[in-house]
Amino acid sequence: MMKTKYAVGFFIALIGCPIAALAGDKNDALDAKVISIIKRDFHDKGIARLDRINQDSVQAMCTQYLNNPPIVDMERLEAEQEKAIKWPADGKYMGDWKAGEKLAQSGIGMTWSDKPDAIPGGNCYNCHQLSAKEISYGTLGRSLLHFRAQFSQIRSGEELQRYVYGHIYNAKAYNLCVKMPRFGHLGILTEAQIKDLVALLLDPESPVNKQ
Amino acid sequence: MNTHIIKSLFFVLLFSIYGSVVQAASDATDEIAKYREMISDGNPADFDEMRGENLWKKPSGPKKVSMQKCDLGKGSGIVKGAYAELPKFFPDTDRVQDLESRLVSCMTTLQGIPEKEITTKPFGGDNYKPDIESYVAYVVGQSKGVKMNVSLNHPKEKEAYEIGKRIFFYRAGPYDFACATCHTQDKIRIRMQDLPNFNKAKDSQAAYVSWPAYRVSQGLFRSFQWRLNDCFRQQRFPEPQYVSELTIDLAMFMARNANDAIYAGPGLKR
Ligand code: HEC
Ligand code: HEC
Repeated sequence: MMKTKYAVGFFIALIGCPIAALAGDKNDALDAKVISIIKRDFHDKGIARLDRINQDSVQAMCTQYLNNPPIVDMERLEAEQEKAIKWPADGKYMGDWKAGEKLAQSGIGMTWSDKPDAIPGGNCYNCHQLSAKEISYGTLGRSLLHFRAQFSQIRSGEELQRYVYGHIYNAKAYNLCVKMPRFGHLGILTEAQIKDLVALLLDPESPVNKQ
Repeated sequence: MNTHIIKSLFFVLLFSIYGSVVQAASDATDEIAKYREMISDGNPADFDEMRGENLWKKPSGPKKVSMQKCDLGKGSGIVKGAYAELPKFFPDTDRVQDLESRLVSCMTTLQGIPEKEITTKPFGGDNYKPDIESYVAYVVGQSKGVKMNVSLNHPKEKEAYEIGKRIFFYRAGPYDFACATCHTQDKIRIRMQDLPNFNKAKDSQAAYVSWPAYRVSQGLFRSFQWRLNDCFRQQRFPEPQYVSELTIDLAMFMARNANDAIYAGPGLKR
C-alpha cells in the first residue's frame, strides 16, 4: 500500500514538473535535425576539436533515455564498459596520496582555454568533499570524506582498492549514466595518476581519512 | 564608479570567506548577496547601458545610419520591452532570432557592416569592447520590470524550443557532460558556485532574468551568448558559433522557461 502511494506521488511530481522531459516525446525527424545542427554549429577551438560532439554508445543511450535507460540495455553497456577497464599490470592499486591530493585539487584540463601541454587534473573537489581542510568543494557528487570508514563495512583490502580504481577509471561500468567522467576510459588520467587518487581515498594517513 | 575598487572589494570579501573555515556553502552565497547590496546603488553595467544608448543613436557603419530603426520584434524603433519577448520568429529573416542575432541583422542590413566583422570577436576583453555588447546592455535595460513573455505560437518558435531542449540534454565530449549534468538537481554546486536547476521554473526564471550581467571577477559586461559560450567551454565541448541556430534554440529553451518572471537585468554576478 505504502509503495503504491509513493509511486503515485512520484508520478504526479513528474507531471507537475513545468518542463517536459525528453523521453516520451521522441521524434525521429526532430532528433535528426538536432544532430545536423550540432554538427554544423560547433567549430574547433584550441584542443577542443569538433569530433568531441560525436557520441559513443554510452553517451547516446544516456541522452536518449534522459539518463534512465531500460535495464537490459543498461546492464549490457555496463558490462561492456567494465570489460574495457585496463587494470594495472603489476596488480598494485595504491600510489602516492600526496600526488593524489594535488591532482584532486586541480580542475584544469580539456577545455578550449587549456594549453595543449597542460596536464589535466582530476577535478575531484569540483564535485566531491574529500578532506576536512578544503572548504571549497562541490556537491554534485556525494561527500567522500572519511572514505575508508564509510566503506569499511561493505568492502575492504584489495577488493576495495580495485573498486575505487575501477570507479575512477570508468564510473559508468558501475552505473551507466552517472554524472562522473570516465577518467581512465577516455584517457584523461594515466594509470599512475589513478593509483595516486586511490591512495588519497584509501591511505589511512591521507587527509581524506586521517582523524 | 571605479570598477577596480569594486573588483578588489569583491576579492577582499571572497578571501574573508575562504579564511573563515567550514560553513562554507551558504556563507559564500550570503557574502555575495551582501556585496550586491553594498554596491546596489550602482551596477557598473549602467555604464555599458549608457554607452549603448549613445551608440544606438549615432550614425555608423559604411552606410552611416544609426540603429534607431532596428526592429527588435515590436516594430521599427521600439526598444522598450523588446527583450522580454525574445527570442521570437521574424518574418523578414524567416527564422527565430535572439537579441544578439537580431542586432547582427540590423547592423548588417541597416548599417552595412559585414557580418564577419561583428561575429568573429563578439565578446569583450580587457582593452576591447565590441559595440554589439553595448547595444545588448542598452536594449535589455529597456525591459527592466517587464514580464517575460516568450511566445511559442509560431511553429518555428515551437520547433526552436524543442531543439533547444534536446541540445540541453545532449551528452558528449571527454567528460560525458550535458548542460543537464550540472543543471538538473536542486541545491548543488561546483566548488563554491551554486548551480541553478533548469528543470525548475523558479531557478530558470531567477537565472534568466539576471542575465546579461556585469561580471565582477572579470570586470566586464557579459551577454547571454557569452554565458552559453562559457558553459560549453566548461562542458569541454568545441566552441559554438556565435548567434548560430544552435545557440538561439538553446536560448529559446531557457527564455521560454523563464516566462512570467519580471525581467531584472542587466544583472550583477561574481
Ligand atoms: C562531474 C562530477 C564529478 C567529478 C569531477 C568526479 N566525480 Fe566522483 N562521483 C560523481 C557522482 C555523481 C558519483 C555517484 C555517486 C554520488 O552521487 O556521489 C560519484 C561517485 C564516486 C565514487 C563512488 C562512491 C560510491 O559511493 O561508490 C568515487 C570513489 C568517486 N566518485 C571518486 C572520484 C574521484 C577520485 C574523482 C576525481 C578524479 C571524482 N570522483 C570526480 C561525480 C563526480
Ligand atoms: C561542468 C558544469 C557545467 C556545465 C556542463 C554547464 N554549466 Fe552552466 N553553469 C555552471 C557554473 C559553475 C555556473 C555558475 C557560473 C559562475 O558563477 O561563474 C553556471 C551558470 C549558468 C548560467 C547562469 C546562471 C545564473 O544564475 O547566473 C546559465 C544560464 C547556464 N549556466 C546555462 C548552461 C547551459 C545552457 C549549459 C549547456 C550548454 C550549461 N550551463 C552547462 C556549470 C556548468
